[in-house]
Amino acid sequence: MKIAMPVNDKNLESDVCQSFGRAPYFLIYNTDTKDSCYIDNGAVASQGGAGIKASQMIADQGVKALLAPRCGENAEEVLKKSDIMIYKTIAGTAQQNINAFIAGQLVLLIDFHPGFHAHGK
Amino acid sequence: MENRNTKIAVLSGKGGTGKTLVSVNLASVALRSVYIDCDVEEPNGHLFFKPEVNFKRDIYVKMPFINESLCTGCRKCVDFCRFNALAFTKNKPLVFKQVCHSCGGCVLLCPKKAITEKEKMIGKVQKGISGNVTVITGILNTGEASGIPIIKRLLDKDMSDERSPVFIDCPPGSACIVMESIKNADYCILVAEPTIFGVHNLNMVYDLVRLFNKPYGVVLNKCLDGENPAERFCIDKNISILGRIPFDNELGTMNSDAKIAVRENKRYRELFESILEKVMKEVQHETTADPKR
Amino acid sequence: MKQLLILSGKGGTGKTTIASAFIRLSDAKVYADCDVDAPNLHLVMTQNMEPKHTDYYGMPKAHIDADKCVGCGLCKDNCRFDAISDEQGYLIDLFACEGCGVCEAVCPAGAVTMIPAVAGALTLYADNNRVFSTAQLKMGNGTSGMLVTEVKEHMKATAAHDAKLAVIDGSPGIGCPVIASLCGVDMVLIVAEPSISGISDMERIIKTSETFKTKIGLCINKYDTNLKNTQTIEDYCLTKGLSFTGRIPFDPEAVKAINNGQTIVDIDCPSGSAVREVFSSTMDLLFHESEDSKA
Repeated sequence: MKIAMPVNDKNLESDVCQSFGRAPYFLIYNTDTKDSCYIDNGAVASQGGAGIKASQMIADQGVKALLAPRCGENAEEVLKKSDIMIYKTIAGTAQQNINAFIAGQLVLLIDFHPGFHAHGK
Repeated sequence: MENRNTKIAVLSGKGGTGKTLVSVNLASVALRSVYIDCDVEEPNGHLFFKPEVNFKRDIYVKMPFINESLCTGCRKCVDFCRFNALAFTKNKPLVFKQVCHSCGGCVLLCPKKAITEKEKMIGKVQKGISGNVTVITGILNTGEASGIPIIKRLLDKDMSDERSPVFIDCPPGSACIVMESIKNADYCILVAEPTIFGVHNLNMVYDLVRLFNKPYGVVLNKCLDGENPAERFCIDKNISILGRIPFDNELGTMNSDAKIAVRENKRYRELFESILEKVMKEVQHETTADPKR
Repeated sequence: MKQLLILSGKGGTGKTTIASAFIRLSDAKVYADCDVDAPNLHLVMTQNMEPKHTDYYGMPKAHIDADKCVGCGLCKDNCRFDAISDEQGYLIDLFACEGCGVCEAVCPAGAVTMIPAVAGALTLYADNNRVFSTAQLKMGNGTSGMLVTEVKEHMKATAAHDAKLAVIDGSPGIGCPVIASLCGVDMVLIVAEPSISGISDMERIIKTSETFKTKIGLCINKYDTNLKNTQTIEDYCLTKGLSFTGRIPFDPEAVKAINNGQTIVDIDCPSGSAVREVFSSTMDLLFHESEDSKA
């Protein structure tokens, strides 16, 4: 299956990016074929709704799981409606997180922050 | 211009310098006037006037609503929206009202006419009377990002009456909500306090009113003995000083109890009457100098 | 790193005065000014570090090419922001334009393009020791929420990994920039002023803050200017279960200190003594109280 992760650089030794919506790149990794590719995050320069746009891009890639340190409510809605599971990353590189995911060590992300331009719940 | 009443905006850049003190009291010493509270995020004027409200209206903005049965998933709307308020996943469109700016673009562009607009309430305006003053207040609901649609309604010619002058109590800062508030003003009163923060922000609104070609003057508030950086600024820039309100414990206490000083005490009445006289003279001078106004 | 945000609702209650005192007392290595419309913290926290400036691009602005324009008026008819005038040919009001792109989409002659526009500037002061992130929104602009987010992102990205506390000076009001500053902070300290206006504004900022999952503390500045209202605020805190972190008297020495570019704890004065207690209570709440004790 395909999984996605926000990263700072285009390689597996890159640190996971601490922001989802404004990460410079997304790693799209196929756990079956072990192929990886990187897409530029078109949402990085967005005024608002960056998480929404980033989620749309991820969903369009046919991804089944997103690994991220945090995620906003609007992005969560797009991801949930796209049947994408969201897991919380651990400190470390992209490769370390991929390994942890495959080993079933990552927990689901349950705390979603309100959108930066939205109004909380 | 529609109404020929004189519109005087009161602004300051920095919060807490005395915009409401000045606008409320000037409106109160005028014979018959209008007071409009454009600080819709934190409206305070009505606390002083306690007006008898005779008119209320909710303010709405338009939000897109997508008819899923007509949607073909072409994603023209998603691709167009610069605010990222739309998404499309698993054959269903999604609308994010919180980031929508109501530009109407998606409605126009949908080839299947699947998008219509529904109204979302963001606040209200109300009008009332307090003696000689018509009080018009705008209130933004908590959680809403922008009060501009409310300010537009407050300044609509239909809201006001024939009373003049009209005092517009502006929000702090110099961002788009302030610009919206002073857009049609005939004159701007800048309220300054004697602190470096006050002068720093006075400088910002000074730039703003000149950019908009508005005639302006300064009221110095909370004046103490000694060096007054705001006064220094006015002298250096050759800005007309309309009046000086001394720092005064009694005035401060009255203000903190939401009492209108000029209605309580003759001393303050005289102080604000002289400021009003100076303001009206300046306005007169400006309007005769520029017949277009 | 715990983030403390200082808000007030009403302007002029003393956010920057208190924020600067807190930064001095905690010797905080990380701080930011999120009042991007009227930033003041840099006037007190003078820096000997070289600042790094970055342009901030807001929404693009529309531009009409007069040579291509056929004068149909479709752009003006469809602009929801009254940003297009037809008095001397079709012209864009750059202040009113929100960059939505509708005019570009409806123009039959391809005369409208959307052009990137600088809406402000971010400034970062950073050395091995300290980080101070601030910004100035260009006059007349919107999108202040986005700029606030960037101020915080710059602060977080540059802060040392072992930094314990970030002090963030907020803006007045309850709108977009305040909402953006509230995201992700660990605690909000509300600086209240004992006036009827101040109380009304305080209630609205509390309501806004409550929708975010953060601890809320409250202190009263210039409390002795109206003891009756001070009591009202303290009773309100009790009723709402908000943590009251102290009161500071009105102090003319405070104005003098600030005008000299000093914080109120850099000199010996009544407000300086009082703010130390408020600081102590606030730090207790931020670092030691459990999640359960927040409102």
